[in-house]
Amino acid sequence: MVLTQAPVTAHPGHVGQRAFGVEFAGLGRAFAAPRRRGATAAGPVLQDVSLRIEPGEIVAVLGPSGCGKSTLLRIVGGLDRPSTGSVAIDGAPVSEFDPRCAIGFQEPRLLPWRTLEHNVALGLPRGVPRAEGREIVAELVSLVGLANFSQHTPRQISGGMAQRTSLARALARNPGVLLLDEPFGALDALTRLKMQDLLLDVHAAAPTTVLLVTHDVDEALQLADRVILLGRSPDAPGTAGNDIRQVITVPGERPRDRGSAELAELRAQLLGGLGIERHSAH
Amino acid sequence: MTDSTGIAIGNAPAVAVTPSRAPRTGTRRWVVAVGGAVLPLAILVVWQVVTTTGLVPTSQVPSPQMVWEAAVDLAQRGLLGQYIAISTQRVIIGFLIGAALGLALGAVVGLSRFADILLAPTLGAIRAVPSLAWVPLLILWFKIGEESKIILITIGAFFPVYTTVAAALRHVDRQLVEAGRAFGYRGVRLFFTVQLPAVIPSVASGLRLALAQAWLFLVAAELIAASMGLGFLLSDSGNNGRIDRIFLAIILLAVLGKLTDSILALFERWAVRKWA
Ligand SMILES: Nc1ncnc2c1ncn2[C@@H]1O[C@H](COP(=O)(O)OP(=O)(O)O)[C@@H](O)[C@H]1O
Ligand SMILES: [Mg+2]
Repeated sequence: MVLTQAPVTAHPGHVGQRAFGVEFAGLGRAFAAPRRRGATAAGPVLQDVSLRIEPGEIVAVLGPSGCGKSTLLRIVGGLDRPSTGSVAIDGAPVSEFDPRCAIGFQEPRLLPWRTLEHNVALGLPRGVPRAEGREIVAELVSLVGLANFSQHTPRQISGGMAQRTSLARALARNPGVLLLDEPFGALDALTRLKMQDLLLDVHAAAPTTVLLVTHDVDEALQLADRVILLGRSPDAPGTAGNDIRQVITVPGERPRDRGSAELAELRAQLLGGLGIERHSAH
Repeated sequence: MTDSTGIAIGNAPAVAVTPSRAPRTGTRRWVVAVGGAVLPLAILVVWQVVTTTGLVPTSQVPSPQMVWEAAVDLAQRGLLGQYIAISTQRVIIGFLIGAALGLALGAVVGLSRFADILLAPTLGAIRAVPSLAWVPLLILWFKIGEESKIILITIGAFFPVYTTVAAALRHVDRQLVEAGRAFGYRGVRLFFTVQLPAVIPSVASGLRLALAQAWLFLVAAELIAASMGLGFLLSDSGNNGRIDRIFLAIILLAVLGKLTDSILALFERWAVRKWA
């Protein structure tokens, strides 16, 4: 597994999509309770989420499992609709399967009968000339370290490699808003660091707004301009949905010193918000 | 995790994955071929023995020799080739039309909830009609021309394809379809990019079933209303007490059915390997 260190360029000749701002206004999402006798109406998953994300910003979303992180991302991408409130991208409401977004799903979701190369090509926007598309795909495949595997099919590769293919497919779309749902979850520690660097390089080379769901506090602090913490209010009634508990603006330019005292303090604060207390506190 | 800068930079674990298929069950090809031929040869030997020793009267079971001679006789009159050709032609035409219609309607019903609600009950009811029930109607409408037989075979080939395609399309992985949509694929492009490839293995097995049905319906049609073909040979020989020809027709149907099925089996194997 060789990760190439080639410099990241914006897509050659690719129509430069600009980065878009994203605005949540009082967003809520409730799912219908399963129709079982005696089942109580389920409370909302998300409730009253309001946030303004600037164009080009990287925002990390943290929160306990099941708190609605994936749901939030799906709503931004137009894969799901809010029950209340709204989301706008660049001031206009999100449309169904909004073409301004690209999503890296929590699962790789690769087409099993296509080679990795052709799976990445699925992400290309319509109208990209064939030759240019091939070039973009080849570049992305080698950026995620899979140049030697471009002719393999998803069944022949590991979970981590599938996840990187899925990331490359999302990047191929050159989106104005990049939605990533735990994109590095299945990667080993070293590959994860390299993919984080890759994301930052891509972000620096081509303007895009990134909404990144992660369960890794350190990853959030390394990559994001701001970190938002989703969760339920501890003193709200049990039926209340999740909302934004904390918004943390991460200080310092990337790449950040992972050992800095300032980040250590923020990490402790976020872990506390996730319900993991500092050992010294007891 | 507190000191993540201290992660040792070493070689990432080498993931050696080579494109190789899972090994087949390990049996050699010639073993399969020879093994499959054992039983037919044994039957032939037993057949020969019981008929030549007089254990079974040849009026009930003709000897292999007699069947062979019946074949030669029919061939010399130019009828054997003609019967085989016309039956095979009817099966192929009926199968192709039925399979194409089955694919089209199966796709519509499998993809569209609306079409499913509108069409599925009616098609289900038509499917429930036993094949022979169509025969008098078809004869009345088309006399004993080619149409009546082709239509009956078409009906036979249609349903296996229709049902497997519709069912398979309903069960295409929703996550893959959603991913396709999220990357801007809709309608026909989505169908040819995600849904159709996902159901090709099921389509292949539906086609095999349809072909078997086509032969079945061919014989049904030719037994009742035909002046040529293997089914006609069966009914005609039945009326004339030509048991040697009856045996010949049955053997020919077995061989032709198996042969055409093997061709589709090859296609199915390829489809499963490539698309499953
Ligand atoms: N389509 C759906 N129908 C019903 N419930 C759903 C649906 N999608 C998500 N949920 C529920 O919403 C909650 C949040 O899910 P999700 O957004 O996937 O959480 P996270 O990504 O934060 O782990 C879960 O309790 C889940 O069961
Ligand atoms: Mg999730």
